[in-house]
Amino acid sequence: MPQPCFSGIDVGASAVKVVVIDDSGDILGLNVRRSGHDFEASAKASFDAALAAANLDSGDIVRIVSTGYGRRNTLFSDYTRTEIGCHARGCFHYFPRAITVVDIGGQDNKVIKLDDRGRRINFKMNRKCAAGTGAFLEEMANRLSVPLDGLDSLARSAGGEATLGSYCTVFSATEVLEKIRAGTPLADLVKGIFRSVVKRVMEMEPLTGTVVATGGVVAHNPGMVAILEEEIGRPVLVPPHPQCTGALGAALFARDSEE
Amino acid sequence: MPARKDFQSSSRLKQIMADHFLELDRAAKQGSPKVAWCTSVGPAELLRGMGYLVYFPENHGALLGASRLATDLIPTANAMGYSPDICSYLTSDIGSYLKKVTPLTRAYGIESVPKPDVLVYNTNQCRDVKDWFTWYGREFDVPCIGVVTHREVGRVEEHHIGSIARQIRDLVPVLEEVSGRKLDMDRLKEAVKLSKKCTDLWKSVLDTAANVPSPLTFFDATIHMGPAVVARGTQVAVDYYEELLEELDERVSFGVAAVQGEHVRLYWEGMPIWGKLRNLSELFAGLKTCVAASTYCNSWIFEAMDPEEPFESMARAYLELFIARDEAYKEEYIKDRCEQFHLDGIVYHDAKTCPNNSNSRYGMPDRLSRELGIPALILNGDLNDLRCYSEEQATTNIEAFIEQIVEG
Repeated sequence: MPQPCFSGIDVGASAVKVVVIDDSGDILGLNVRRSGHDFEASAKASFDAALAAANLDSGDIVRIVSTGYGRRNTLFSDYTRTEIGCHARGCFHYFPRAITVVDIGGQDNKVIKLDDRGRRINFKMNRKCAAGTGAFLEEMANRLSVPLDGLDSLARSAGGEATLGSYCTVFSATEVLEKIRAGTPLADLVKGIFRSVVKRVMEMEPLTGTVVATGGVVAHNPGMVAILEEEIGRPVLVPPHPQCTGALGAALFARDSEE
Repeated sequence: MPARKDFQSSSRLKQIMADHFLELDRAAKQGSPKVAWCTSVGPAELLRGMGYLVYFPENHGALLGASRLATDLIPTANAMGYSPDICSYLTSDIGSYLKKVTPLTRAYGIESVPKPDVLVYNTNQCRDVKDWFTWYGREFDVPCIGVVTHREVGRVEEHHIGSIARQIRDLVPVLEEVSGRKLDMDRLKEAVKLSKKCTDLWKSVLDTAANVPSPLTFFDATIHMGPAVVARGTQVAVDYYEELLEELDERVSFGVAAVQGEHVRLYWEGMPIWGKLRNLSELFAGLKTCVAASTYCNSWIFEAMDPEEPFESMARAYLELFIARDEAYKEEYIKDRCEQFHLDGIVYHDAKTCPNNSNSRYGMPDRLSRELGIPALILNGDLNDLRCYSEEQATTNIEAFIEQIVEG
C-alpha cells in the first residue's frame, strides 16, 4: 500500500507555494509561482506542478490544508490555517526547540515566539504599513531600476552603506532619490535598504533566543540574513526552502489533523 | 457557521431609539422643549432635571460609523483643517453637518440632527469633545459650556469631587437663562435616581456575560447600550433594561449561548470598530469565540449616582470612569474583569484617532499578559475611519490569535 501523502498550499500576496510531504514530513515535491490575480487558478496550477514533481496524482493526497492571504480561495483544500500558525509549525519541524521565528513576506512581517514544545507564546504582525516587507523591496527595486532578484548580489558587493531613516515606504523612496542625487553608489543604497527592512522587523518584538528567519524575502535575499545576524550579534537559522516553510507547516497540519 | 442569537428585546430597542430622535426633531422644529447637546459622559442628569431634551453627538458619531458613512465624510472636515489624526467622531460628525448627510434620514425620515440651544461638554474622555462642541457653538451661535476634568486620576479624592461638582453647579445659571426656567431640585434628584437605576440594571445586564456560556457578546452590548447612552436619567431606559435583563436571565437559566459552541472567551479593550461590528461579530462567532466583556460598554456604569447628593455624586460618577484614571487603576480594572469573566485572552483595539481610548501604546498588553498568563492581540483600526483598518490583516490576526489560544 502506498504511503499516505499530504499537501500544504500557501497562497501568499506575491507567490503561491505548494509542498507535498509523506507521513514522515519529508518533502516529496514543491512548487512556487506567482499568485497573480486568480488565486484559485494559481493554487491549482501550483498544486498540480508539485504533484508532478513528487510523481503523484491528486488521489494520493489524503488531506490538503491551505494558508496565506488566499487561503479561502483554495476551494479544493480540506481546511485552512493562518500563515502565522503554518510558518511557526514549519520552522519548528526543522528546529524543534524554543525559537523566535522571523517571517518576511511579500505583504507583511511576522515575529512569532514558540516554546520548546512548539506552542505559540505570542506573535506580532507589522502595522498597516508596507515598510520592511517584500512590497517595500519591490518598490525600491522599481525606483532604482534594478531587477528584484538582483538586489541581493548588489547588497553583497557594497563597499559602504546608505542610511534610511524613515519607516514609511514613500518617505524612504524620497530618501533614496535624495541619495541618488548626492551620488551614493547603487550597491550602498541597496545595502541600506536591506538594513532598513531588518530594522523594521527588529522594532516589532525583541528577537530573543534562537532566531529562525523564513519567508520569500529571506529565500531570495540571503544577504539580509547576514545583516540580521550582525544586528542581533548571533547566528540566525534558516530552514531549507524558506519561501515554502508556511506551505510545509500547512502540510504538517494536514498530516497531523484528524479532521 | 455558528449563529448569533438574536434578542427579543431588539424591537423595543429600535422603538426607543426612534422615539428619541423623533422627539428631538419635533422639539428643535417647535423650539420647545429646549435642546441641549451633551457629551456622552456629560451632565445629562442636570440637563434632564432642567427640562432639556438631550442629544448626544457621540451617539450620532457612532451611527455615522456603523452606517459606514463616516469614511466619506471625514475628508470634508480634514479639508477644513481638522487633522485625520484627531477624533473621527468629531471629523465625521462635522463632515456630516457640512455635507448635510445623516443616517437619521434613512432610519427615521429626519432631515438633520436637532439644532442645539446650548452645548454642554465634559472633557473626562478627551479634549476633542470640547473642540468639537466649540465648533458647533460658533456655528449655531449658542452657548458652549462644560466641565474640564482631572485626568490620569489614581484615587478619586474629595478635592477632585469638589472641583467637578463646583463646575457642574456653575453651569446652572447659563442653563437657566437658555431655558428660561429655574432649576427644580426635585426634578434633578429624580433624574439622578433614574440614572442610578439605569446604571445598576445595565451593570447587571453586562454581568450576565460572566456566565459560561455567555448569553451576550460585546457586539450585542454595543447595540443594547443605546438607551443607557441616550435615555440615561429617564424611566424609558430603566424599563428597557428590566426587560433585557429578564431575557438574559432566562437565557442563562436555559444555558443559551450568544455564540453557539462557545469555547474561547475574550476581553475587548478600546473602542468598537463601528463600521465592522457585524463582520467582526460574525468572524468571532465563526471561531466559536465570545467576546464576553469590554471596557467600552462599562463606560455607562455610574455607580456613584446618589439622588441625595446630586452634584457631588454626578461629579464622582463622571470621574470614576476608566478613561479618566491612571495606568495602575486601568491595569487592575482589566485584571479584575478578566478574572470575573473567565477570559482566555485580551484584544486591544488601537484606534488611530482615539489615543485616550487606546491602551496598547505604553506596554500594557505585554505587562498584563505576563501578570494574567493570558495572551494579548493588538488590532490596528479606528472607531470610524475605515481608512485606518485592514480587514485582511485583522482577520488573519484574529484567526491566528484564536488558533494560539485553542492550541494552548
